Amino acid sequence: MATARLEGITKSFGDVEILHGIDCEIQNGEFIVILGPSGCGKSTLLRLIAGLEKITSGTIQIDDRIVNDLEPAERDIAMVFQTYALYPHMTIFNNMAYGLKIRKMSRAEIEKRVQKAAEILELTPLLKRKPKQLSGGQRQRVAMGRCIVREPKLFLFDEPLSNLDAKLRVQMRLEIRKLHHQLNITSIYVTHDQVEAMTLGDRLLVMDKGLTAQIGTPLDVYERPANIFVAGFIGSPSMNFMEAQLENDGRSIRISKNEALELPEKGLPEFNGKKVKVGLRPEHFIICDPKEAQINLVTDVVEKLGADTLVHGFSQESKIAMTARLDGIQHFNRDTVLPFRIQSNKLHIFDPDSGKRIN
Amino acid sequence: MVHNRPWLTLVTHAILILGILILVFPIYVTFVASTRTVASILASPMPLWPGMEMVDNYLAALAGPSKSVGVSVGHMMLNSLIMALGIALGKIAISLTAAYAFVYFRFRFRTFFFWMIFVTLMLPVEVRIVPTVEVAAKLGLLDTHLGLILPLIASATATFLLRQFFMTLPNELCEAARVDGAGPYRFFIDILVPMSRTMIAALFVILFIYGWNQYLWPLLITTKESSYTMLIGIKRMLDVGEGQIEWNLVMASTILAIIPPVFVVVIMQKQFVKGLTETEK
Repeated sequence: MATARLEGITKSFGDVEILHGIDCEIQNGEFIVILGPSGCGKSTLLRLIAGLEKITSGTIQIDDRIVNDLEPAERDIAMVFQTYALYPHMTIFNNMAYGLKIRKMSRAEIEKRVQKAAEILELTPLLKRKPKQLSGGQRQRVAMGRCIVREPKLFLFDEPLSNLDAKLRVQMRLEIRKLHHQLNITSIYVTHDQVEAMTLGDRLLVMDKGLTAQIGTPLDVYERPANIFVAGFIGSPSMNFMEAQLENDGRSIRISKNEALELPEKGLPEFNGKKVKVGLRPEHFIICDPKEAQINLVTDVVEKLGADTLVHGFSQESKIAMTARLDGIQHFNRDTVLPFRIQSNKLHIFDPDSGKRIN
Repeated sequence: MVHNRPWLTLVTHAILILGILILVFPIYVTFVASTRTVASILASPMPLWPGMEMVDNYLAALAGPSKSVGVSVGHMMLNSLIMALGIALGKIAISLTAAYAFVYFRFRFRTFFFWMIFVTLMLPVEVRIVPTVEVAAKLGLLDTHLGLILPLIASATATFLLRQFFMTLPNELCEAARVDGAGPYRFFIDILVPMSRTMIAALFVILFIYGWNQYLWPLLITTKESSYTMLIGIKRMLDVGEGQIEWNLVMASTILAIIPPVFVVVIMQKQFVKGLTETEK
């Protein structure tokens, strides 16, 4: 268990700066998920924390110790790699024990720790096998076992589930969550999968192009995305965006002549008359009486997923492409006009220039 | 291309068997000659079935100094064995460390050095053999085992092959070892070398045969009969001037000279094929 602090982390490869200054405080026992599209620098950030790459500037602190110049082994961290990186010629026992042997731990202690980790991860019957003889999920567990036996201060995961099939991924996700409850080791987890991020993380660090886009609890990030990038990145299908103008003392949003949305309470009087970008989550579209319709959606493709139905189409008047999510299985023909009302307190309003949230 | 035609099977087998016969025939003749007396070998036509003198010939070759060469075949085989093992193991050790440096360490002129080594592949031993002999002579390496081994101990081919192999290993393996606290030395010994073992086995087979079959270099570096290798010895047995060549002993020695490489190939065959065809990752 430990706290960690990242302060002004930058990283350049040659002339190209990949990370432009990341700050983050990580609490004792917290599970932080770093989320972002590929190429945003999230894996690089994790590798910097692990010590596999050197930071260009900034400080990394684990507990009270600044670890900038320490080798990975001296940082008291453990890392689960995307490809597991098990030593193929060693048995599972030796794979887990290797780090301890290097630390010159006594045989009895090694034996004890490996057995304990194997029990937690249900690997006991496999200890004598080689990685090749194990399934993907088992290898993944060995990779975690290798970290557990070290009893590190910080647990790092680099997209550990991306090599598993969908079903196993769900199962391993739960196991990681349980393991974290059980051991309560401060963890940093990198992924591009938002479901993993939402379910695993105590807090998310959403990254975009080498910068922190938002740090917050999963629900916070989902319900109040700090900017257009986060709003569009989190949620599937992603949020619908449209240009609009605030009017009526900032109380309503006009998308086109006959399409307008209402803001709750006083609205945003200080932005009255300004152009904004409005974000609507697909699940906040509610079918209503045609007379009350705020947006009439002309259906194009209807995807029936079983639990819900995704309606892709465009608004009748402004022709903006939109997606709505409706509960259960619904049958609509192509080119049906569906009247929709939007919950006023579920609107996301952004400054079109800076991309920042304003409501 | 799988057809069920009996005559095709027959023809293909016939061709294969013919090929084997052509390849095996000289070795068979050698074997036959090694089991007969000189007189019966020189009879015309030479008989094609083994004679009765096999045990006598082989014992004579192994134990006694032959008339033309002052040392026994056993002694020369030992010399050859030391040279072949020295060259094979030395080349592997040097190539492993060189390839390790090229793949896992960043240093100035790394690519330049690599290409320098690679370029030496284009120069056969014969091109640089005269200066090499002079250097070896000045270092006092004439007639020593070290002299037989040392000039042949670096291998661009093995370095290149191992480098390519190391480059196919996932980088995360090296990083996992770093996180585990393994330094460069531990990583090399505990992880890289064990993972390359099939590759090393394949190289060992190739390099052992290469070392065993060295002819030109031992010819130049050995002056005393006691340091002759097998191949030199056999050649010398044929240089008897006016006398009678002991064909039976020459042929027995030849058969004996074939045994160690065959032995190495047979026992390492499985690893050898594995090393050339698959990589363990």
